Amino acid sequence: MGSFKLGKMTFGSLFKKPETILYPVQTRPAPLGLKGHIQVAIVDCILCGICMKRCPTGAIKVDKPAATWSIDRFRCVQCGSCVRECPKSCLAMDPNYAKPQTQKSIESVSKPTASESSEEEKAAKEALEAKKAAKIKAALEAKAAREKNLT
Amino acid sequence: MGKATVIPFGPQHPVLPEPLHLDLVVEDEVVIEAIPQIGFVHRGLERLVQTRDYHQFIYIAERICGICAFGHSMGYAETVEKLMGIEIPPRAEFLRAVWHELSRVHSHLLWMGLAADAFGFESLFMHCWRLRERILDLFEATTGGRVIFSVVKVGGVTRDISPDMFERFATTLSGIKGEYNQICKAFLTDASVKNRTVDVGTISQQAALDQCMVGPFARASNVNNDIRALGNGAYGALSDFKPILDSQGDCYARVKVRALEVLQSIDIINELIAQIPAGDIAVEVKGSPALGAEASNVLEQPRGECYYYARGNGTKNLERMRMRTPTSQNLAGMTTALAGCDLADVNMIVLTIDPCISCTER
Repeated sequence: MGSFKLGKMTFGSLFKKPETILYPVQTRPAPLGLKGHIQVAIVDCILCGICMKRCPTGAIKVDKPAATWSIDRFRCVQCGSCVRECPKSCLAMDPNYAKPQTQKSIESVSKPTASESSEEEKAAKEALEAKKAAKIKAALEAKAAREKNLT
Repeated sequence: MGKATVIPFGPQHPVLPEPLHLDLVVEDEVVIEAIPQIGFVHRGLERLVQTRDYHQFIYIAERICGICAFGHSMGYAETVEKLMGIEIPPRAEFLRAVWHELSRVHSHLLWMGLAADAFGFESLFMHCWRLRERILDLFEATTGGRVIFSVVKVGGVTRDISPDMFERFATTLSGIKGEYNQICKAFLTDASVKNRTVDVGTISQQAALDQCMVGPFARASNVNNDIRALGNGAYGALSDFKPILDSQGDCYARVKVRALEVLQSIDIINELIAQIPAGDIAVEVKGSPALGAEASNVLEQPRGECYYYARGNGTKNLERMRMRTPTSQNLAGMTTALAGCDLADVNMIVLTIDPCISCTER
């Protein structure tokens, strides 16, 4: 029995820096793995709709004919099912929380069509196709050479 | 003898974190009988198992309770794994156990803070919650969430912990242990704590057995009831696990058992981290639970034994999911402890049972 058993700790706290911070002037840095909010790299998205099927809350809607991917941030529970299931790995968790909003809204992203893509992207695509054609040509030549050797 | 009066207690009361209503039959400041009433936060979560598939239900299971969120997701996943005959990698079992013990530390520290607040020791309350923040920081760094983790899935876990992070675990936990020892000393030896808790709300061993009490509250009445001793999952790797028991059965014994369990959990985490095996963290799960397949599972949650039952129907949705949570077992013991106590001690007794009404009603 006895009193002031916490005295040492309480007294010590007087000389330590505060445990709390002055939010919102100061904010804590977000740790790397924080489940902040879902981000989509819409250019890589193939609108397969697997994320929509896996979402436990029905927050994600994928409209293939309209080529849009939309998310209701108020329904999303940041479980990460869509990120794990995405076959093209175009979904990711951004380790920052979504900004507060005053009204409920659905965030929608449209997939750019081929005609909308920029000159740079077109050039990159052409270069990729040319590289692919060159690879196929080389493979065919190698095959012909192998067959010739065999005969 | 005075006239018996009924005093309503709750569902809104400063000492209650969750809505529980008690009709206290009082005569001359002494409680003769306490009649509990629940049903204020029923959300019908068990029914949702029919509208969400068994992968998706895990996110509902962990929302049953904000304190034992990890325990519920782990218990549910283990039940479905038993139902489908899935064996998960040993590393996943160890990671689950580490997080589960960490959530026990955070649950116990939260409750000890609330208990300190209930008997009017404000600085003790703040120091408990200050330490709890460090545990939540560890959760945030490893799972990405502070309260809801979404890190367990059927077939394993979704995130691994790196060796660097395990080192951070060790340093943080040893730092917490040093400070916690001082808090523990205050809880166990301070006169003002003892004045409010010793010989208050005594539950005898026989009463605890008769009322099927579970968890630290039964262990405070010398009932050796700890599911971790069964050695399920990674708990089998523990070299020497002995449940913490006390024979007094009063509020002080309940505080003591939970206070010492924090230190025990920190030791368990260190022991598990030392022998964690390398390897995969999840296996691929395909198919659905068979028609009529049944499985049951028990798990020692921070508040005691939680029982899970699941039945499949051949589809992606389960036929039935049932959880019997620790508080539903302990409410009967609480009414026993309340009978005959002083009106001023009611809040202390209610709090030392740590009623989690969200768990109980689901």
